[in-house]
Amino acid sequence: MTDVTITDAPPSRRRAFDLSQPIMLLAVALLVVLIVLPIAWIAVYAFLDKSGAVTLGNFHKLFTDPTFLDPLITTLIIATSVGTLCCLIAAPMGWLVARSDMPARGLVRTLVTASFVTPPFLGAIAWELLAAPNSGLLNQAWRGLTGAPADEHIFNIYSLGGLIFVITCYTFPYVFVLVANALDRIPGELEDASAMLGASSRTTARRVTIPMALPAIVAGALIAFLQALNLFGSPAILAIPAGFHTLTTKIWSLFQFPPKPELAAAAALPLLVLTVLLLRAQAIVLGRRSYAVVGGKYGAPRPVPLGFFRWPALGLCLFLLMMPVFLPYGALFNAAFSKIPSQLVTWSTLSLQNVHFTFFELSQTGHVLKNTFLLGALSATLGTLLALVIAYLVARQSVRGHKLLGFLATAPIAMPGIVLGVGLFLAYTRPPLVLYGTLWILLIAYITIELPAAYQQLQSAFHAVHPELEEASRILGATRLRSLRDITAPLLRTGVIATWCFIFVAVVRELSAAVILFTSDTKVLSVLIFDLKESGDLGAIAVLGLVMLALTTIVILAANHIPGRSQADRLRANG
Amino acid sequence: MPKRPLSRRTLLTGAAATATLPLAARVLSAEPPAVGITPELIAAAKKEGKVNWYSAMDLTMSEQYARAFEAKFPGITVKVERSGAERVFSRIDQEYASKIYNIDMVNTTDAAHPLAWKNNGWLEPFLTEDVAAHFPADHKNPDGLWATHRIVFSVMGYNTSLVKPEDAPKRYADLLDPKWMAKLVKAHPAYSGATLTATHAMVRELGWEYFEKIAKLKVLQVQSGVDPPKKIALGERAVMIDGADYLLLAAKDKGAPVEAVYAEEGAPIVNSPNALFKSAPNPNAARLILAWMYSAEGQAKLVEISGLYVPHSKVAAKSGRRPLSSIKIMRDDPEAMLTDADAIKARYAAIFKV
Repeated sequence: MTDVTITDAPPSRRRAFDLSQPIMLLAVALLVVLIVLPIAWIAVYAFLDKSGAVTLGNFHKLFTDPTFLDPLITTLIIATSVGTLCCLIAAPMGWLVARSDMPARGLVRTLVTASFVTPPFLGAIAWELLAAPNSGLLNQAWRGLTGAPADEHIFNIYSLGGLIFVITCYTFPYVFVLVANALDRIPGELEDASAMLGASSRTTARRVTIPMALPAIVAGALIAFLQALNLFGSPAILAIPAGFHTLTTKIWSLFQFPPKPELAAAAALPLLVLTVLLLRAQAIVLGRRSYAVVGGKYGAPRPVPLGFFRWPALGLCLFLLMMPVFLPYGALFNAAFSKIPSQLVTWSTLSLQNVHFTFFELSQTGHVLKNTFLLGALSATLGTLLALVIAYLVARQSVRGHKLLGFLATAPIAMPGIVLGVGLFLAYTRPPLVLYGTLWILLIAYITIELPAAYQQLQSAFHAVHPELEEASRILGATRLRSLRDITAPLLRTGVIATWCFIFVAVVRELSAAVILFTSDTKVLSVLIFDLKESGDLGAIAVLGLVMLALTTIVILAANHIPGRSQADRLRANG
Repeated sequence: MPKRPLSRRTLLTGAAATATLPLAARVLSAEPPAVGITPELIAAAKKEGKVNWYSAMDLTMSEQYARAFEAKFPGITVKVERSGAERVFSRIDQEYASKIYNIDMVNTTDAAHPLAWKNNGWLEPFLTEDVAAHFPADHKNPDGLWATHRIVFSVMGYNTSLVKPEDAPKRYADLLDPKWMAKLVKAHPAYSGATLTATHAMVRELGWEYFEKIAKLKVLQVQSGVDPPKKIALGERAVMIDGADYLLLAAKDKGAPVEAVYAEEGAPIVNSPNALFKSAPNPNAARLILAWMYSAEGQAKLVEISGLYVPHSKVAAKSGRRPLSSIKIMRDDPEAMLTDADAIKARYAAIFKV
């Protein structure tokens, strides 16, 4: 596809022969279908009643019926708490890693990445194993230590607080990455200047460092808010047993028999609108940040000496990282190799029963893994290609309308997975294109969801390759194709591979759109795990969860070991 | 009994032909001819090589049962699509609405489901010799559209290391005691057919007030009827309000500290039927696995794996299980459930908030 884009005639007659324009029109048309079609169907359905007549009744029900209003309010409470907590944890941690001389900063970054790639629903299940009030391993340990009676506990994961905690565990990395990146970029000279003018390090922090990091923190809070708002897996696993719904689980429940797509569509619209508004707010806040990084080249930031607090700071970071990484992974390992998931496994109780069941008895494992691999690889390949074409057209600004293209490629970021799921369901369960029940509908969902991140990554990769390099090659007589092959492609290679890996990992862990769109034949790993959760088959979940973690870890390690990639690149790839 | 090769067309012409025979006239109904496991059927099934079984039975047991069938008829792979009966129903509905004909045969724990499918015209008659000869009349549809495959009871249960037998509930009314605050676990009727069946019967016998009071006790709300037994075996909750008896007793057989309580008011019975779909992609393999599941051998295998009660008169309950006749039954009412199910689910969701 890229080859087609770039075959063309001598520069002087570019407009006449360049295929860029038709390719761009094609890309725009494709994006319009991908994005506008599902949203349009949601909008249409939201205003229809069961018989298909136009009505505002769905919205009336949504904002008056307590079974809708309660989840809406609960969701806002959760999102606000998560946004706040994430900042309280991630901002100091980001500062410690980016600007202090704390030991093992690389390790902390790696562990944050590990929490980032852990599927939130898997984390939620692991935290059930840890902190269910009675059978949870932590509560058992606490009772063992204190001799407290059997019905007392210190943690109850089936609660609003428990849910907020678990969502925070897997959302704070968003804030961390933004803050750490921003602090990486704040020139050390500014702080030096402040110090030279006689300010104490506290004053410097208050007057220089914090104000410059603040936009990133606020933007991070908004992203965390959005993540919590649109998350499906963790609430489905923890809120329903506790007896409450969030907006996403409510939307999903509307798809159970008898399905009420018109109500689901109406409930999806507030999520969509809120997301768009918050992203606008984030863009405004982040826009302000640019003042901090404008200018020439600065020296590397100067690490702040922590003195005595170096090791305690590391201890605090590692303690905090036990929550999203060490404890849940440990609980999953324990459950995978134990006959009773709530008992600590020992050498004498070690059992491969769950592994055997999952791989040799569970008849879905094979085709589910096949679907997941196939969809992961296809989405990653097609998504990267599409993002590459768009990023090239936009970055080189060679055609009119490239701005529209850039906007469309970023637009799906405003679409929560569950909303996209609802929209695609409505759009593709009817002629002319009945895709429901095929892998295609999932492929479309995945590519649409991941396109914005893929496009942004490749766009920054293109920006890093200055057009001068291509132009030099053209001046020396190379065709555009040749200069792309010999100059641009090698320079973009790492960016492309990273993008591919990023999409693959994101697809493997995606649940909220898949849970609406799957059929028996097109089930994927995340949906199978969710299915097993509903019947309490914890052993098989643990095994499949570890398979999923292994899969994503391998791909991420591969992406991080592409030669020539810098730390900052890596973090950007993860963000 | 005529043995027929079982392609769909021959079955249809066969059924048409039998309708004019004295044999059919004798039973005075549209009852299709009863068929057995013939070499022709086995050959035709092996040619298809696979069968998609949508099952509401516990996953581990479904898979073991499927593997037993595969061992008996090598060359046919059973793909088990397990979920709660109400989810299975929802899934079939969504798939059929989009013209996706993936299901071959089903086992559901909601006896109203076959009535709904029959009304949609989705079911294919299939009567086996075992069902004709050895299944009680109230466990089979006269037109051969479905028959009970297994009998479940929704029971209370408790963890014996957390609750002493004398403190354990004996009647549903006992669960309303405030001492059970935050100690109860319950399955969901919008997911589990067994729980919907039990809820329907309990609403009839005890009224919605009962559930309104229960809902105030901070119940752990799980989805599947197979999950409460697992939750009390783990010790996550002390007492289960409802859930499948066979899983609880299987856990007990394996040494878990649990005990089942068939409520004094009567234990809600859940007759769990199998049915064959007209548009089955593997019609012969589906017939073969159904015929096997209804056969004395298949029913005995089910008892061996699960400890479930079965309708086959020649197959005894698992040793150690109380006789079926000794259980006081709170009866089910599939016809009423067909009309009431959606209202029950809605009211339940309003009371329990999920």
